[in-house]
Amino acid sequence: MNIHKIATYLNGLTDQSDTGLIFDCVPIAGEVDVLRVDIQGREEIPVFVSVTGDQILCISYLWGEEEVIEGKKAEMMEAMLEMNIPMPLSSFARIEHKYVIFGALSEHSTLADIEHEVSVLSDNSLEVITEMADYLK
Amino acid sequence: MSILKKIITAVRGGAREVGEEIIDANSTRIFEQEIRDAENHLTKAKRDLTEVMAKQMQASRELARVKGEIKEHEGYVAQALSQNNEALALEVAEKIAQLEVELQEQTTSHSSYEKAALRLKDLIKKSERQLADYQRQLSMVKTTDSVQKATAAITDSFTSSNSSLLSAKESLERIKQKQAMFDDKLAAAEQLQAESGDQSLKDKLKEAGIGQQQSSANAVLERLKNKG
Repeated sequence: MNIHKIATYLNGLTDQSDTGLIFDCVPIAGEVDVLRVDIQGREEIPVFVSVTGDQILCISYLWGEEEVIEGKKAEMMEAMLEMNIPMPLSSFARIEHKYVIFGALSEHSTLADIEHEVSVLSDNSLEVITEMADYLK
Repeated sequence: MSILKKIITAVRGGAREVGEEIIDANSTRIFEQEIRDAENHLTKAKRDLTEVMAKQMQASRELARVKGEIKEHEGYVAQALSQNNEALALEVAEKIAQLEVELQEQTTSHSSYEKAALRLKDLIKKSERQLADYQRQLSMVKTTDSVQKATAAITDSFTSSNSSLLSAKESLERIKQKQAMFDDKLAAAEQLQAESGDQSLKDKLKEAGIGQQQSSANAVLERLKNKG
């Protein structure tokens, strides 16, 4: 699997995706191939897809450390840990100073699996921000 | 130190320079080389095992042959003795003694092949587990490395677009607004559709000369003429 295959597939879906979401994929230049997947109407929170070794990683950036209300960080992290398993397909993580949700798929996943993953990740990210708003500035 | 521990230490260190790698490429290459070496050893051990097992089979065939021969010659001794041919019986007995030495040798080599095969099988199992563990660790290193590189690329693209300036809450608000706008548009389109449906009915009625008729210039002229 490579990001160009994924981009061609997602872009080619237009309005025929299972979830009704419309994807717009743009490869990002860098040392590692990364695909930025914009979802129509949700351009502010894109999903980043990269194929690394034996897995496909889909990541959405949620918020930065500086957006967390002072004194509420521990409580927020506990809430995240508790929400981790109930949240379908996605998990919380932190990359440098940013909190993210991500899903990891096998490199042998089908394109339909990837489409499903990206859609669920996007839905989850909106829901998580809504639910965690109390901890954010 | 385990690879995971190294990764955690490096990530938590935080004071990394931009572009500095968590695990330097050189140590990754050394690690990959170690894995290749282990794979080579494994292939060699498997080849050795095949050879040892073949020799073991050969030895057990030999063993069966010698045992058979001893039994056969013991029969000859009995026959010679029954004919009171002591000299012949002794000659055959000497042959049996030779065969027994051979049997001893074959038994020893058979059991040593058997032991070697067991040892090799054990070694192969251990090496396979070790190799799987190496590969899992290398996968962790590589994933960490490529996630780091991917993050760098993503951060760069964020900085070049405006989206990085928005907080999570602002982003969500915008998305909700867009959704509301979309819903409104949808509602408006539906309403328009309904109205134009209404309009087409009016058109049909007009065509059929039913309902309010639009006044035309001719009709106005006609009316004025009639007045005059």
